[in-house]
Amino acid sequence: MPSRSRVLLHTVLIAASLVMVAPFVWQLVTSLKSLSEATAVPPTLLPSGRWGNYGRVFDLLPFGAQFGNTVIVALARTAGQVLLCSMAAYAFARLRFPGRKVLFGLFLSVLMVPPQLFIIPQYQIMSALGWLNTLQALIVPGLFSAFGVFLLRQFFLGLPPELEEAARLDGAGPVRIYWSIMLPLARPGLLALAVLVLLWSWNDLFWPLVVNSDPDTMPLSAGLASLQGQFQTDYPVLMAGSLLASVPVIVVFIFLQRQFIQGIAQTGIKG
Amino acid sequence: MTRRRDRITEALWAYAFIAPIALGLGVFYLWPVLQTAYFSFTEWGAFGGHEWSGADNYVRLIHDSEVGRALVNTISYTVLGLVSIPLAVVFAALLNRKMRGAGVYRTLFFLPVVTMPVAVAMVWRWLYNGDYGLINYLLSLAGIDGPNWIADPATALYALVVIGIWSSLGYNLIIFLAGMQAIPAEYYEAAALDGAGPVRQFFRITLPLLSPTAFFVSVISVIGSLQLFDLVFVIAGSGASARANPAYPRLQTVVALFYDRAFVTNERGYAAAIVMVLLLIIAALTLVQFRLQRRWVHYA
Repeated sequence: MPSRSRVLLHTVLIAASLVMVAPFVWQLVTSLKSLSEATAVPPTLLPSGRWGNYGRVFDLLPFGAQFGNTVIVALARTAGQVLLCSMAAYAFARLRFPGRKVLFGLFLSVLMVPPQLFIIPQYQIMSALGWLNTLQALIVPGLFSAFGVFLLRQFFLGLPPELEEAARLDGAGPVRIYWSIMLPLARPGLLALAVLVLLWSWNDLFWPLVVNSDPDTMPLSAGLASLQGQFQTDYPVLMAGSLLASVPVIVVFIFLQRQFIQGIAQTGIKG
Repeated sequence: MTRRRDRITEALWAYAFIAPIALGLGVFYLWPVLQTAYFSFTEWGAFGGHEWSGADNYVRLIHDSEVGRALVNTISYTVLGLVSIPLAVVFAALLNRKMRGAGVYRTLFFLPVVTMPVAVAMVWRWLYNGDYGLINYLLSLAGIDGPNWIADPATALYALVVIGIWSSLGYNLIIFLAGMQAIPAEYYEAAALDGAGPVRQFFRITLPLLSPTAFFVSVISVIGSLQLFDLVFVIAGSGASARANPAYPRLQTVVALFYDRAFVTNERGYAAAIVMVLLLIIAALTLVQFRLQRRWVHYA
C-alpha cells in the first residue's frame, strides 16, 4: 500500500479509537478528582489524585460483599453451564435415542423467546422456595442454558469421530468417551462458552434487581445501580465505583481475547 | 440381540446426560413461558392472588398512552441503532488487512462490548451532563451551547442511541471481520487481474458476499435493541424518581415499562400482557426481515 493512504488509514482508525476510549479515560480522570474539580468550568484535565474516592465507594456500598457475590455467582454459573450443557450437547451430537429431534427443538424454542417472558414465573419460584435475597436465586436459574447446549453441540459435531470409535472398540462406555475424549477435544469450545457466561453473569442487571433487594446479597451491577439513585451528583465516587466494578471483566477479556472473539464470531450471540 | 441391548443402553445414557438440563430448562424456562401467557389474562390483587380477567389487560394496553409511547421509543431506538451496521462494515473493511496495530484497534473497539452496561450508562450520563459534561465543554469550544442531553425531551432518545451504537459497534465489527475473512482470497486476486481497484472490489465482492452476515447482524441487533433496559434504568431511573425527569416520556422502553408494572406497581398480569406484546413484535419484525432478505441477501 502506498504510504500516503497508509497514513490516512491510521489517521481514521486512531480518531475512531479515541472516540471509543475517551469515555474510559474521562471516567478514570474524574474518579481521581475532588467534587469541586469535577464541576470546574472549564474542566481540569489532570486530577489532583484523590484516591480516597475509591475508599468512599466502600463506605457507601458493601462493596467487598457485592464483589464476592458477583465472583461466586459468575463462577458457579460458568462451572454449572459448562458441565450441564456439555453433557446434553454430547448426547445430542453423538448418541442415538428416540425423541432426539423433538427434545432439541424444544431446547431451541427457549432461544427464540425474549428472556423477559421467564421473569415473573421465575420470581414466583424463588419466592416460593424462600430464596429471595440469597445467592441461590442468582445462581440456580442461570445454571441452565439452551444457548450453551446449542453452541457446544455445534462444536462436538465438528470433531473427528475416529478417536471415539477407537475408544469404543476398546470397550469404553459413553461416560468414559464423554469425559476422557470429548471434553479434552472440546476445550476451545468449552472455554468460549465459559467466557461468554462469565461476561453475561458479571454484567447482568435485570434479574438481580428483581430477586435481591438486600444490598448484602446484591451483585455489583445492582449495587452500583442503587448508588446512582442515591448519590446522583457525586460523580467522582460514581466513576470510581463503576471503574472498580467493570475492570475485572475487562482484564479477563484482555487475557482471553481470542476465546471471547471466537465465541462471538462463531455464535453471533451476545446475550 | 446384543445390538438391541446396546441401542437401549445408548438411549438410556443419552437421557441421563440430558436429564439435568432438560429438567432445569423445563422448570425455569419452558413452563414459565406458558405461565406468562396465562398470566396475561389475569388480574393480580394487592396480596399476590390473581384471577382470570379475560382480555381486560389487552384492552387496557391498547388505550394506555404510556404503552404507546414506550413502543414508539423502543422502535425508534431500534431503527436508529441500525446505523451501527454500516459503520461496523466500514471499520471491519479498514481492519481487514495485514497492518501494524490491527490487534490493538480491534481490542479498543471491543472494550465497550465487555464493559458492564450499568458502568457504561453512568459514564455517559456524566459525559452528557448539561453543566459539567465533557461533551458540552467540547461543543462550547466550537461556540455551541449544548443542551441538557438526557434531561431534554428533544435530545434524550438520540443521546441513548449514541450510547447504544458506541457499545455495540465492536461486537458487530467482530462478526463482520469473521465474515470478511471467510471470503476466498482468489476472488480478490481475479478482480485485481481484471483491473478492479480496492473500492470496486469492496462494492462488487465484499459487500454482496457479506450480505448474509449483514442480515444475521441486523436480525440480532433488532432483537437486542427491542429489549433495551439497563441503559434506561441507570440513565432515567424507574418509578417516581424517573417521572421527575422531563425527558422520561422519550426514554421509557417496553422492557422498562414491564419492570415498572411487574415489580414496582405489582400489576403482574398487566406486565405479562406487555411482554406478550413484545414477543409478538419481535416475532413480527424477525419474520419481516426474513421476508425482505430475498431482495438484498446473496448466498454464494
